[in-house]
Amino acid sequence: MQSQATYNYKVVRQFSIMTVVWGIVGMLVGVIIAAQLAFPALNLSELGEWFHFGRLRPLHTNAVIFAFGGCALFATSYYVVQRTCHTTLFLPKLAAFTFWGWQVVIVLAAITLPLGFTAGKEYAELEWPIDLLIAVVWVSYAIVFFGTIAKRKTSHIYVANWFFGAFILTVALLHIVNSAALPVSLTKSYSAYAGAQDAMIQWWYGHNAVGFFLTAGFLGIMYYFVPKQADRPVYSYRLSVVHFWALIFTYMWAGPHHLHYTALPDWTQSVGMIFSLILLAPSWGGMINGIMTLSGAWHKLRTDPILKFLITSLSFYGMSTFEGPMMSIKTVNALSHYTDWTVGHVHSGALGWVAMISIGAIYYLIPRMYGKTEMYSTKLITTHFWVATIGIVLYIASMWIAGVMQGLMWRATNPDGTLTYSFIESVKASYPFWTIRLVGGVLFLGGMFIMFYNMIKTIAGQKAYEAPVLSPAAAHA
Amino acid sequence: MADFVSGFWNIYVMGLVALSLLFCLFILLSNNKRQTGPVELHGHVWDENLAEYNNPLPRWWLYLFWITLIFGVVYLVMYPGFGNKPGILGWSSVGQYQTEQARAAERYGPIFAKYSQMDVAAVAADPDAKGMGQRLFLTYCSQCHGSAATGARGFPNLTDKIWHWGGEPDAIRATITEGRMGVMTPFGGVLGGDGVKDVTHYVRSLSNLAHDSLRSQRGAELFAQNCTACHGADAKGNPMMGAPDLTDNYWLWGSSEASITETVTNGRMNQMPAFGEFLGEDKVHLLTAYIWGMSNKADK
Repeated sequence: MQSQATYNYKVVRQFSIMTVVWGIVGMLVGVIIAAQLAFPALNLSELGEWFHFGRLRPLHTNAVIFAFGGCALFATSYYVVQRTCHTTLFLPKLAAFTFWGWQVVIVLAAITLPLGFTAGKEYAELEWPIDLLIAVVWVSYAIVFFGTIAKRKTSHIYVANWFFGAFILTVALLHIVNSAALPVSLTKSYSAYAGAQDAMIQWWYGHNAVGFFLTAGFLGIMYYFVPKQADRPVYSYRLSVVHFWALIFTYMWAGPHHLHYTALPDWTQSVGMIFSLILLAPSWGGMINGIMTLSGAWHKLRTDPILKFLITSLSFYGMSTFEGPMMSIKTVNALSHYTDWTVGHVHSGALGWVAMISIGAIYYLIPRMYGKTEMYSTKLITTHFWVATIGIVLYIASMWIAGVMQGLMWRATNPDGTLTYSFIESVKASYPFWTIRLVGGVLFLGGMFIMFYNMIKTIAGQKAYEAPVLSPAAAHA
Repeated sequence: MADFVSGFWNIYVMGLVALSLLFCLFILLSNNKRQTGPVELHGHVWDENLAEYNNPLPRWWLYLFWITLIFGVVYLVMYPGFGNKPGILGWSSVGQYQTEQARAAERYGPIFAKYSQMDVAAVAADPDAKGMGQRLFLTYCSQCHGSAATGARGFPNLTDKIWHWGGEPDAIRATITEGRMGVMTPFGGVLGGDGVKDVTHYVRSLSNLAHDSLRSQRGAELFAQNCTACHGADAKGNPMMGAPDLTDNYWLWGSSEASITETVTNGRMNQMPAFGEFLGEDKVHLLTAYIWGMSNKADK
């Protein structure tokens, strides 16, 4: 029986378009701060402190993670949960509120961070009034998402929704606990925790933001868009069960690896390290399930650039989830910590995995939001893919070399025990690599402009489209 | 070493760690069946064509999981990590730090100690000692004083003959060992806006910088009443309290009218950190000689 109701595509459409817009903004700020490192005069000190690296860096991280990545997650999860539950969104007005609320959060971040209002916690810099708004939007998101799951027309919940659900619940928990603070004015607050405990809670938050926001959420995207685009069944239900539970159970422990060799108690550092290592297999479970879904359809990779984005993102995911556990080993960490290696690692995850899978999913969504199945130009998607891939490779290769070089320079000693290099010498030696990194960033940003053009051409003259809700019975036909 | 405030938290942490490891074990064992025959679809279909095969877990992946789990357990037996159990190797990060410190002291101590009986002038003239002094300087001092030791705004130049706290070897040694707190008291409240301006012009006149002579005359009187206690009647400063000579045209915080006005109005705080305890006498001795040597080359 075909029902007359239509899926709520409006909020998906809004979030999809803003994913591309905030992607350009966030990556542009990234290119600017990369340029500032290579050419310090670009900090524009004559104009004031607003454009300094220290002010713009949190703007870049917040914009790419929460604006670009966040919008991609909202768009895809709202789309996937409706279509795999064969029902419309629960409380569509609340869903509309999450869109506008999230955009307000992003705009407030873009204003307050350059002005210097900060809680001083990495990836949680926003001050308490904005934190409250985030909490309200996020709880609304959870209500819409789980409400939709509750009124599903299928008996089983599709695997993508497990990951989206875990991501939404955990991010709510992380945000509320880590942002607990005592306000002293509208623009200043102090953390509710002190000393080593504050550091531990911050990195419990910080690493789980990686684990649940940037991993579990995007695995949700993977589990819908890879089998859809490849038109193949998911490789293994059993593997998805095992790696889902193992992933969400062990990620919670991994935070202390950000605080090796600090005042954090030894037992905490040890536990953080072993669970980070145990995370390797559960993380790779997702990669295997995604890539093996393509078995029997490898030829599609040759002609389908969206599939290229999706599968390449899984390769980068596999690479960075191998690199991460290795870097969490204390002896490796002693070399890599505080160097550009960490920056390279983060970007192989952020550009290679998060951005590429989002881009693939958005290329899938945009035409469908307007009643089409293809973007304006498939050739431009292919161009975007190659420009972005070359950009990432330049970025992470230069950061690996710079990072290992910095780590080795910092630990080199003379026969009398004094340091061979002063810190500034390692800075000087890093300049060529910072310039290469800038080139990589410019290429990746260039790809986003190609995407923007392709999106505008796809949308131009098209009417917004709302697809009819399919009943599960029809699904089996 | 008590990491926990009570025995309860120790048990709690042990329980959680054990539970997490056992859960991984459980989820692996309960999904370890390897079916025979062709791989079947799992049976459900979503959104027209989304389905799932039920392939068994890849063997190499299972082994990888097992290896990391076993490594985790072994690590917790050997190193501190399971609640407050110390680990059978007896390792601790504090212990490792102390061992490395002791080894470094034993190995490198004599290299520095051999200069400790030589006087500063002799050490400054020794090319090996000079090299070591420079390396220490680049590691510990260059962040503020610059790689060339020529200073920066608020941080003194160490290559010239001008010293706020004295340039004799013993004074330099005391500065490095114990640090210095240089405080210029704020006089904005006492002098008022106009008074500050007059004093500023007087101070500029002392170094023959452009000034308003009328203001400078009035400033001289205010200076005599308010500033001479530290800077002296002749404004030549007082190294006992780090008060700078105001007649030598050397300016830690800049000579512009705006900058001096700021200094007089709101005062300045300068801090040289104490390095004695951290570096030890022998290294301080080498650094003293290196720094003294930079401004006493001509005397050789």
